[in-house]
Amino acid sequence: MDHSGKKTNRREFINKCYRYSVAVGVTGLVGGLTNKIVAKDTVWQLDPTKCTQCGKCATNCVMTPSAIKCIHVYDMCGYCDLCGGYFRPNSKELTTGAENQLCPTGAIKRKYVEDPFFQYEIDEELCIGCGICVKGCGAFGNGSLQLQVNHDLCKNCNQCTVATACPSNAFTRVPADEPYLFTGYKKQ
Amino acid sequence: MKKWLTLITLFIAMCLQGVEVGAQQQQRFPKPEFESGYTQPVTTVPAARADFLAYLDILILIGALALISWLILKKRSRRGVTWVSVFSLLYFGFFRQGCVCSVGSLQNITLALFRPEYSIPLSALAFFVIPVVFTLFFGRTFCAGVCPFGALQDLILLRPLLLKKWLQKLLGLIPFLYLGLAILYAATATDFIICRYDPFIGIFRFDATFTMFIIGGIFLFVSLFVARPYCRFLCPYGVLLSWVSRVSKYHLTISPASCTQCRLCENACPVGAIQKPMTEKNMESRPTAVKRFMLLSFVLPAMVVLGGWTGANFHERLSAVNPKVQLAHELLAGKDNNSGEASDEVTAFRSSGKPVEELYSEAAGLVREFYWGGWILGGFIGLVFGLTLTGLSVFRYREEYSPHKGECVSCARCLAYCPVSVKDIKNR
Repeated sequence: MDHSGKKTNRREFINKCYRYSVAVGVTGLVGGLTNKIVAKDTVWQLDPTKCTQCGKCATNCVMTPSAIKCIHVYDMCGYCDLCGGYFRPNSKELTTGAENQLCPTGAIKRKYVEDPFFQYEIDEELCIGCGICVKGCGAFGNGSLQLQVNHDLCKNCNQCTVATACPSNAFTRVPADEPYLFTGYKKQ
Repeated sequence: MKKWLTLITLFIAMCLQGVEVGAQQQQRFPKPEFESGYTQPVTTVPAARADFLAYLDILILIGALALISWLILKKRSRRGVTWVSVFSLLYFGFFRQGCVCSVGSLQNITLALFRPEYSIPLSALAFFVIPVVFTLFFGRTFCAGVCPFGALQDLILLRPLLLKKWLQKLLGLIPFLYLGLAILYAATATDFIICRYDPFIGIFRFDATFTMFIIGGIFLFVSLFVARPYCRFLCPYGVLLSWVSRVSKYHLTISPASCTQCRLCENACPVGAIQKPMTEKNMESRPTAVKRFMLLSFVLPAMVVLGGWTGANFHERLSAVNPKVQLAHELLAGKDNNSGEASDEVTAFRSSGKPVEELYSEAAGLVREFYWGGWILGGFIGLVFGLTLTGLSVFRYREEYSPHKGECVSCARCLAYCPVSVKDIKNR
């Protein structure tokens, strides 16, 4: 009886040693990471200056339709009649006819403002984030149409699947209180 | 009409000039000054999830862990565990929809440890550390019903089939491999494979890719009959918690007082974690014990080296997943034939203006990291195999039916099977 009692004590002692080393390890881990901890959460966002409009945002997001959508930065818009983001390059007439529109889902609404200016509005419900209009606007116009992660739709995955698929490494983690990376956007 | 055609050609010419400059150029068309009193619409910028909610999650995690630990160890109530499971499934699963979870946070920790440019959010660190600390004190109570994956599988378990011991041991090796791979890929900033191949996140979100749904469906179906297939045969965080749980200070016990060896609980455990008593102490003869010890002390290092060597041999295969290495391969291949369409990656790289040599050296550095990572990963797997083998020959003297502290997920199902109650003992 004495013998077995001694035995359990030894085992208990070894367990205790392991337990303390795990505790020390965890504390060491937290301590080692102290200067790398950010108190604020981060969210995913893409840098429009790096974006090449490859179209992978539309297909690689875990959400359907994608949480990445085209956002119109009106501050940069030139209100062009011939909008590179709205019309196909070879459209015969500048009308809202479906055959003239670049957007595959017809998500851009063109509205007459005054001669010769037109307002373009994105219907976020319809936008799939393919970036075709963004490419057109960037090539022919001011680049006021920009792809951005919409944070009401984004699930903020631990690892964004679009970020891994992005050919130009445009995705970064940004602080949650400054979650957009527009260019030319004036804050109101 | 002609006017427009000329305009379009003009634009195309402009575009050809302008493409290289990118989006940061000056505005080609200045914003007009409207005379009709037009007001520009506001650019829609939906806000991200508020910060304090992340802290609330941490508090809820601590609360749920404390509650379930109390329910398991003090109240000894399976019903309580079920209700906490339901809550966790609803809150951490369907409401929070997964990220960040404890299982995935393991990769954030690795990334923060190995990559200086990544700083870790407090919530990710908390989700990793808090369950580990609780496990150190109370066993795997996190697995029991706070982890939404575990809760989901546990709640739909219809008719648990007991697996054969050898099958259980064999499948139980997969999580180690998965853990090693996840750490390797996170440390090299390649990908978070635990998140990519997560089977349940699509179910929580009612939205996922086809493969995710298929994997999730298979796991759900299997977990109707085999208890917790993900937790036991895939979960890499479970490996860590199982290590910690082996030395936990307190742990669930089947009997509230002393085991009467009535054998009622023998088949109660859905995960096969109940150890039978080993009352017979048959001392092995000394020569065979020495022989076995000699053999094992040779086999174990040999397995580590063999595993490491195999891992290192696979390092190019392993590194081919890394996007940077992939890109470097593509560019190198393109140099030779120079034909065919350039991929999006190559186009994007060329337009970024980064020198190719820089990319090559970065990729070479990564491949070297994968070489050493392959050694470590393979060595680790070899060690795990070796230790599992060694474990088969270890017989530990035990008087009571007791849960295996590493494998037991503290689901508390066995408690109802034990006829011993504290009250009876007090009355006696």
